[in-house]
Amino acid sequence: MSWLDQHLLSIIIWFPVIGGVLVLATGRDANAAVARRLALGFSLGTLVLSLPLYSRFDNATAHMQFVERADWITAFNVDYFLGIDGISMPLILLTALLTVVVVIAGWEVIRERVAQYLAAFLIMEGLMIGVFCALDAILFYLFWEAMLIPMFLIIGIWGGSNRVYAAIKFFLYTLVGSLLMLVALIYLYFAAGESFSILDFHNAPLGATAQTLIFLAFFAAFAVKVPMVPVHTWLPDAHVEAPTGGSVILAAITLKMGAYGFLRMSIPIAPDAARDLAWLVIGLSLTAVVYIALVALVQRDMKKLIAYSSISHMGFVTLGFFIFESRGMEGALVQMISHGFISGALFLCVGVLYDRLHSREIASYGGVVNSMPVFATLLVFFALANAGLPGTSGFVGEFLVILGSFSVNPWYAAVAALTLIVGAAYTLWMIKRVVFGAVANDSVRDLVDINRRELLVLGVLAVCVLGLGVWPLPVLEVMHVTVDNLLAHATVSKL
Amino acid sequence: MQAQTLLLSTALPEILVSVMACAILLLDLYLPRESRAKVGYGLSVLTLLAATVIALGGLGSGSTLGFNGLVVRDDVSGVLKAGVLLGTAAVLVYSRSYAVARRIWRGEFFVLALLGVVGMMVMISAAHLISLYVGLELLALCLYAMIALQRDSVKAAEAAMKYFILGALASGILLYGMSLLYGLTGSLSLRGLQEAAINLSLDNLPLLVALVLVVAGLLFKLGAVPFHMWVPDVYEGSATCTTLYLSAAPKLAGFAIVLRLLAVGLDDWLAAWQDMLVVSAILSVVIGNTVAIAQTNIKRMLAYSTISHMGFLLLGFLAGSTAGYSASMLYAVIYTVVSLAAFGIVLALCTPALEIEQLNDLKGLNRRQPWLAFLMLLVMFTLAGVPPTVGFYAKFAVLQAALSAGFISLVIVAVIFAVIGAFYYLRVVKIMYFDEPGDAPPVVAFTGDVGATAVLSVNALVLVLSMPWIGALIDLLSRAVAALPSH
Repeated sequence: MSWLDQHLLSIIIWFPVIGGVLVLATGRDANAAVARRLALGFSLGTLVLSLPLYSRFDNATAHMQFVERADWITAFNVDYFLGIDGISMPLILLTALLTVVVVIAGWEVIRERVAQYLAAFLIMEGLMIGVFCALDAILFYLFWEAMLIPMFLIIGIWGGSNRVYAAIKFFLYTLVGSLLMLVALIYLYFAAGESFSILDFHNAPLGATAQTLIFLAFFAAFAVKVPMVPVHTWLPDAHVEAPTGGSVILAAITLKMGAYGFLRMSIPIAPDAARDLAWLVIGLSLTAVVYIALVALVQRDMKKLIAYSSISHMGFVTLGFFIFESRGMEGALVQMISHGFISGALFLCVGVLYDRLHSREIASYGGVVNSMPVFATLLVFFALANAGLPGTSGFVGEFLVILGSFSVNPWYAAVAALTLIVGAAYTLWMIKRVVFGAVANDSVRDLVDINRRELLVLGVLAVCVLGLGVWPLPVLEVMHVTVDNLLAHATVSKL
Repeated sequence: MQAQTLLLSTALPEILVSVMACAILLLDLYLPRESRAKVGYGLSVLTLLAATVIALGGLGSGSTLGFNGLVVRDDVSGVLKAGVLLGTAAVLVYSRSYAVARRIWRGEFFVLALLGVVGMMVMISAAHLISLYVGLELLALCLYAMIALQRDSVKAAEAAMKYFILGALASGILLYGMSLLYGLTGSLSLRGLQEAAINLSLDNLPLLVALVLVVAGLLFKLGAVPFHMWVPDVYEGSATCTTLYLSAAPKLAGFAIVLRLLAVGLDDWLAAWQDMLVVSAILSVVIGNTVAIAQTNIKRMLAYSTISHMGFLLLGFLAGSTAGYSASMLYAVIYTVVSLAAFGIVLALCTPALEIEQLNDLKGLNRRQPWLAFLMLLVMFTLAGVPPTVGFYAKFAVLQAALSAGFISLVIVAVIFAVIGAFYYLRVVKIMYFDEPGDAPPVVAFTGDVGATAVLSVNALVLVLSMPWIGALIDLLSRAVAALPSH
């Protein structure tokens, strides 16, 4: 264990946070150019620093790796305790990659309070990586909640016309769930013999009632973040009002935190309750998959459509987790990564159009392919990936989840597979109305195709989507042992 | 322990501050008019800092009774005195430009502030009902006079009158309770009460009456529901610099007397006062947080916010354990630091001609004064208890203590109302960051003094940057509380 191995997680958490503070220090918009370069440097630096997590990762063990532990609040046995396994590592890389994408995507689009905007994203990056690394419950909670502050500001300051409502709704929804989770964490502290280590929580003996209550408290926190029906209503509001970068981070990473929470907390801590209440989660997931997909079909606002599509896809993820089957769970994890790329890319595409015409309405467009052929190609590609076309990453995850659920209960698979139809319907219908057909109006005819910066951003994501779709093994083999271990743990009753 | 000696060293900070208060009062008569305020200000701040050093110097030297058992010097008193002294020094620094412009920056202001500090320190180190009461009255009289110092303001006169009448009533109630306790136990010292408690059971009616009266008096001084009505009126009516003074350090002293009386003197009757605190805590959290939503005046909003925070403070206290008391103490300390920053920022935004009173005066503050807006953002998230600010650790410690004592439903209610409370803190952030400045906002370019802003910045940044050392602070407070005499 070299010095770097022991401190790498701390470095990639705090490096972007420090970067954010420095960017903030550049102050007013006169220094915007400096702020942009600095932010790009720090986000690229974080990405480079996070690569050793993959190259030095040991696929053969389910133990926590790159562990770092120090005393923090000794009175409550709260430690500064970090570590990653096969579930969290890919999510950290995803976070690091997408932050770079967001910084580049906002390069000349954001002109007001540039330093504050970029700083908010860098600080968010550190906090989000912190959530994925934290192995102490209070540290986890700390990162989890602290993330709300920059996101609140991003939506509220740079959002659209209804941004204040969306920002406050987002904050309060999440806070309710989080505080209930906090109460559960404190309860677990006593149950686990006065320890806040999440690993100790996993082995804490818990009765049936306690497990149910704890599961529900966690459910309140994580279901809001995922988001699951019926607490999903903040997401379309927040997405529509957030700036493009905010939407990307929100869809690609923040939603993953809820799903990650299920794997890190709910299932291993309360395995019996998780199995007993699986019907609830599966029911809500299937509702999301089908019902929300139908809701997406009738949206007139492109961002809203993608937001509902996200909820529907996240339904697949929670379905995959709660069928307690290894292919399903691995498929759900791949789906998380894949959805990060695809939804991020789709929001960026909407951003590209919005920057030019200042409209997100599907009706304002039509025949975009005539004026923006390169862009149209990419948009169609991401849309097909979103619909789960084989060869793209969207297919791998959905296929594995359906395969897994088929072996558990064919009806789950049958209902879930409906999304392949409805998902294709809403995505392709949107594409038909926006990209193809006759040129709708003069402003569409005058559209300028994407520039090199936009091409770079979308191109990188397209390569990721294609790569993961054609050859998912590098990701699957990283998570395989961890997933098996988690499932083995979840089948042993604590009662 | 019961050394019946004078031991002046147990009250050195009190003695120093009293002497200097008298000296400033006298100097004020003889100095030329133009240098009076400057000398008074300089001497006051120096005195407070010197007394802080003395108070901190006594840490770790165990518990010593002095003045024939009237006062005690222990780690609890050391920490709280240092908090009161530093807090009051900050109050003077923040108030200067504001008070000068409103012509209350005079010798009387310093003398009253310093004597109030003496009162608070006597309360903090009280080991005897008499010293406790004397300290309380000394503080209260100084506060009445400080509020009334703004002679040309009708609102201030009204606030002073209201505070005086209600405060006197509460003091009377407390004193009556104390006299009953004396009649029942034959002892006025807190240790004596603790020892006599063994012979008295709770089915003794006069004892219950005494406990109710004492708890009512204490809740009034803290400003907890149902004895909270004075808080918003007094906060709103006083000049902002006086509001700053009375919102910060006196809460530490108030906490101290609650700790000394209930946790030391009356700890055998925990079962009786615990129930009363449960009711008051929950009502404070509920009423404070809901009524604050309706406020448009910053000072009134912060007043209701204070009420809800006192509810949280009591929540830790009613656990009745060392962990609970130290959690409450952490809450009191952190609350004091936030409160100083909150009113400090409001003061920094005021100009000689302009009073910041309404929430809407902060509209678009991020565009006009981004730094002060950022500090206010930190303050608001701290008050809402969102990590990584220290407000989170305070709430966390308190909730944990209450949960360990089995108050699960109480904790859940408190948590729900904490979310409701988050709404009005978020609204302030919204007003500063999301709203456009518009034409109404009166705040213009920065006019405050640089020194005060520097101290204020440190004050507000501590709310976040102290994160790595919060464990050490909690340890210090736990050790101090654990050293209190108990059965």
